[in-house]
Amino acid sequence: MDGVHDMGGMDGFGKIEVEKNEPVFHASWEGRVLAMQRSMAYARAWNIDHSRFAQEQLPPITYLSASYYQRWALGMEKNIIERGFASAEELKAGHATTPGKMLRRKLTVSVLQDSLTRPSYFRQQQAPALFKPGDRVRTRNIHPKTHTRLPRYARGKLGVVERCQGCHMYPDSVAVDQGDNPQWLYTVVFTGNELWGPDGDPTVQVSIEAFEPYLESA
Amino acid sequence: MLSEKGYIDPAALDAIVDYYETKVGPRNGAKVVAKAWREPAFKESLLADATKAVGTLGHVSRVGDHLVAVENTPKRHNMVVCTLCSCYPWEILGLPPVWYKSAPYRSRAVKDPRGVLADFGVKLPIDIEIRVWDSTAETRFLVLPIRPAGTDGWSEEQLAELVTRDCMIGTGLPKNPSEIR
Repeated sequence: MDGVHDMGGMDGFGKIEVEKNEPVFHASWEGRVLAMQRSMAYARAWNIDHSRFAQEQLPPITYLSASYYQRWALGMEKNIIERGFASAEELKAGHATTPGKMLRRKLTVSVLQDSLTRPSYFRQQQAPALFKPGDRVRTRNIHPKTHTRLPRYARGKLGVVERCQGCHMYPDSVAVDQGDNPQWLYTVVFTGNELWGPDGDPTVQVSIEAFEPYLESA
Repeated sequence: MLSEKGYIDPAALDAIVDYYETKVGPRNGAKVVAKAWREPAFKESLLADATKAVGTLGHVSRVGDHLVAVENTPKRHNMVVCTLCSCYPWEILGLPPVWYKSAPYRSRAVKDPRGVLADFGVKLPIDIEIRVWDSTAETRFLVLPIRPAGTDGWSEEQLAELVTRDCMIGTGLPKNPSEIR
């Protein structure tokens, strides 16, 4: 979806503010939000693209004004309610009034280490890769209303395939519960001028990680 | 409420928070960089397959399948961003700083990386090409900075002290040897 989360190239957000001696968490609730999200992901209640899509669907003003972990919490609440893990009333009250759904597995201290290693996103290929390093490609000019990982600034642009990163689960399908739909993933590199025209910096190159359905031969 | 539903274990939550607060952080990545600076064979394997190379180090937690190391050279400087959310190599750098997840960084890194570097006090000569890696999938990137001059014969531990978090993201350079001696 063409949301405010898709920020690459936007102007007006100002200078980057670096906090000296930044703590890992700025308040203890932030750590708990992260840990709850981790626990629910481990339980396979939803996956990383469901989390991203839930945040992308927040009202733009909320997305931009909430802190990072507030956004996580809001996205998590959306998934909890929409996927039937609890009701809005229960969330508001902070107490369960009905028993929980059966989970596929539960994160406990004894399996903690397993949950800390990122899962693999590699999936069995469904067809040979269409592109190879060195191929010229053009990204498609697509504007799906749902989750996609092709940023707006890199749509309809001419680039070169630099690497093939293997065959991965496809976020655009996963986020809308259409299954893993495995797709080849490539690093595609663009010049600054291809992306930004004469306003671009000719000494800059930018790459995205592009799934095969985002690309056509050029 | 989630605990009453039986979905989460409060003890596991505490353990996860403790892990991110005390066990994993940029020191993990710094050890990887320092080893790559000292051992050409390790550097070669890191650039060929970072997941596998980092996986051979007992002192760093296991990493997922999709870690890629990208090397700075006298001709090219690499910088990593996630314009769509906040993708970052947690397993070797810990949780990302607030600025990495902020709108100013996410919006500007792909359009004006030299301006971003200026915000960090870094000015690179114009003949050094800047390569920005937008982490739009599950691939995660670690920048391998250039080893500072004047560090011949340094131990891995000494070299690791020069490696800052920002230089592994590409918004900084390693410390100058004189800064720690």
